[in-house]
Amino acid sequence: MKISVNGKPMEVEAGLSVEGLLTLLNVKREFTAVAVNRDVIRRADYAAVRLSDGDKVEIVRPMGGG
Amino acid sequence: MYDTNLVLGGKEFTSRLIVGTGKYSSMETMREAHEAAGSEIITVAVRRVSLPSGESILDYIDTKRYTLLPNTAGCYTADEAIRTCYLAREAGLGDLVKLEVIGDQRTLFPDVMGLLEATQTLAREGFIVMPYTNDDPVMARKLQDAGAACVMPLGAPIGSGLGIRNPYNIKIVLESVTVPVIVDAGVGTASDAAIAMELGCDGVLMNTAIAGAQDAVAMARAMKLAVEAGRLAYKAGRIGKKLYATASSPLEGLPDWTS
Repeated sequence: MKISVNGKPMEVEAGLSVEGLLTLLNVKREFTAVAVNRDVIRRADYAAVRLSDGDKVEIVRPMGGG
Repeated sequence: MYDTNLVLGGKEFTSRLIVGTGKYSSMETMREAHEAAGSEIITVAVRRVSLPSGESILDYIDTKRYTLLPNTAGCYTADEAIRTCYLAREAGLGDLVKLEVIGDQRTLFPDVMGLLEATQTLAREGFIVMPYTNDDPVMARKLQDAGAACVMPLGAPIGSGLGIRNPYNIKIVLESVTVPVIVDAGVGTASDAAIAMELGCDGVLMNTAIAGAQDAVAMARAMKLAVEAGRLAYKAGRIGKKLYATASSPLEGLPDWTS
């Protein structure tokens, strides 16, 4: 299925969980947060939340700012 | 002189200077500037990770020592700002948020309608909300009533370095609310920070004035001293302004030089 991650299109296997995606992308978990289609996903729900075709995933962390 | 601490949502801070993490020439300079500023609260933005994920800004901030203050910079609606705060909380950055709802790209002035709405929602959801607002006493009171932990009027546009353009309004803001007043944005140099504190503000938040200075570490120290000096001068109680001179030395006891 096709999803977008931080604005970039990506082909992943159907039914991939948020946890699976973070592992696939090798994203550090500390101070990282995830939203799927505008909804912020709780850390405890990463394994349970399955992605669907067309989902928009945002993975964020702190950056320099003022 | 005895002084109270800065209290935000029940948390106490001895430093009254809040600094940012943007626009530094290097991460090492940023770390040294934070040290020189003596700050306890440090602002960060929340942005997409670059993939593959590499170095993090938090490799250069001791999160046990500093309280992180995620901002909602770049958000133009209450909805975006609220979601960003949830992201920050879920990322483990805590409950303290610097709330920005921007209304205009060129001036980065706040959209106070969106700001008020977001403040209400976030305060209800348990966030300690620090809203960046105009130097408007009426809005300051509304934000306080909406549950803001402090109000942060701008001294001048973000990154402008123009200083405190309307000290009279800041003074009225101070009289209008009981929550702390922190000047956020516009400070260019040490005297600007001192002026804010001399007016009676509870703190100053700045990024560009330090990060953009030729020697960021030296400017950070200058800002630390200015905030402390301004605070001391405020607490000390300045003399009134008078148009004409008042002699500092006694007029009596002058020798007689007449011949």
